[in-house]
Amino acid sequence: MRVTFTVNGREEIADDVWEGESLLYVLRERVGLPGSKNACEQGECGSCTVYLDGVPVCSCLVAAGQAEGRQVRTVEGLAEEDRLDPVQQAFVECGAVQCGFCTPGLLVQAHDLIARVERPSDAEIREALAGNLCRCTGYEKIIEAVRLAAERKAAAG
Amino acid sequence: MDFLRPTTWEEALAAKADRPDAVPIQGGTDVMVEINMDVRRPAALLDLNQVAELREWAMVGGTVSGTVGGTAGGMCRVGAAVPYARIIEELAGPLPGLAQAARTVGSPQIRNRGSVGGNLGAASPAGDSHPPLLAAGAVVEAESRERGVRMIPADEFYLGVKRSALEPDELIRAVHVRPATGPQYFSKVGTRNAMVIAVCSFAIALHPGERRVGTGIGSAAPTPRRALEAEELLARELDWTAPLDPALSRRFGELCAAAAAPIDDVRGKAAYRVHAIGVMARRTLAWAWNDHLGRRAA
Ligand SMILES: Cc1cc2nc3c(=O)[nH]c(=O)nc-3n(C[C@H](O)[C@H](O)[C@H](O)COP(=O)(O)OP(=O)(O)OC[C@H]3O[C@@H](n4cnc5c(N)ncnc54)[C@H](O)[C@@H]3O)c2cc1C
Ligand code: FES
Ligand code: FES
Repeated sequence: MRVTFTVNGREEIADDVWEGESLLYVLRERVGLPGSKNACEQGECGSCTVYLDGVPVCSCLVAAGQAEGRQVRTVEGLAEEDRLDPVQQAFVECGAVQCGFCTPGLLVQAHDLIARVERPSDAEIREALAGNLCRCTGYEKIIEAVRLAAERKAAAG
Repeated sequence: MDFLRPTTWEEALAAKADRPDAVPIQGGTDVMVEINMDVRRPAALLDLNQVAELREWAMVGGTVSGTVGGTAGGMCRVGAAVPYARIIEELAGPLPGLAQAARTVGSPQIRNRGSVGGNLGAASPAGDSHPPLLAAGAVVEAESRERGVRMIPADEFYLGVKRSALEPDELIRAVHVRPATGPQYFSKVGTRNAMVIAVCSFAIALHPGERRVGTGIGSAAPTPRRALEAEELLARELDWTAPLDPALSRRFGELCAAAAAPIDDVRGKAAYRVHAIGVMARRTLAWAWNDHLGRRAA
């Protein structure tokens, strides 16, 4: 089947999509956006997190056909031109990235959190990131980065 | 595989009637896991995401003003596809038990997509919606093109492990839950705080108007179920104006534990589950009772 949807502001048409295929597969293999990572395909790791109509979801659990006519925003759509999003910048500065496999999903999820909550508490950060697994960092630097990004964003108004 | 995309409820019912082998998909948090892992290769997927009314909830019947918590007989009708995230945000007032359970489901990403309708459709004994629905006396609204609407009480819905009363040509349209008239609690045992399927779970709902206490046991029997003898005990012996009698509370816990019929599995041993159900039953009753007395005093 054919799936037509908008990714990071651009209309995309994917052809010959198998009906049981996931949005994650379509993004990576057909649209050429490998930012969202595939680690588990069962909703456990969060590395495939993207915005679907503004709501963060595991793209591995969205059937490709369910994205028809909808808006998707991936980690590739967070930065503006060559300026990193504040969340990305904070991850770099805090050393919240090691192997980087979990990073795209964490960035989208953290981006959503600080868009909704001005100065999230540590408990709120932990809850927001509970569905994103990282095997490298031990999470402390990730939490630090989210805190920093939230502070900067709040300060910038 | 076919991908069916109805945009109205009537189209959805027609699609299900013509293709009973089509697997409905809402949030996909159960269905897609099975497809990705090659556990299931359905002949067709019936995507319900474009049926907008499934994502709505409303107060129906009773007082039109929609005042929450009234005893006027109104029901909260929750569309099958309303995601957990919105149940937490919007329905914690009228449906506190269900909202508490929703908060324990998976992760934010899962709660943004997963729904009560999907939980019912999957009918896993571990589904977190089931205990609060049982405790509150919820009714599942199912419909087929040929036979119309069927209202199925929650305690008649679950038939076996991942088996429900739903017919092959039926879809779940909504669940009807009476807004809480008393305190409700949900309690869940898991190996960590987030992202866990329940080892076992328990829900309680006080119905002071009827002098009745509803219960729901999760993940501790082939189906979610009520602890009927425990409910009868409280209906008989609870003094709704006095502090909770510790002996009564203990017997309540014992009867709830006795109503469980768990198995040993990877998540927990049967004996542990039985014990934990008894503990959760006593604790949730105590929490609810404190709230109840507090409200009376206020
Ligand atoms: C990582 C992860 C963690 C999870 N954690 C939990 C948890 O903590 N607690 C919990 O209870 N569950 C959990 N789940 C399971 C799942 O999220 C829930 O069962 C959820 O409620 C399913 O809703 P859905 O809309 O995604 O259903 P879907 O996957 O779309 O459908 C589920 C089932 O219901 C059927 N169905 C869907 N809609 C209808 C309808 N309208 N009429 C008839 N049948 C229908 C489908 O055909 C399918 O059999 C988890 C899942 C994942 C992937
Ligand atoms: S790949 Fe989607 S959650 Fe792991
Ligand atoms: S940085 Fe390696 S998994 Fe998170």
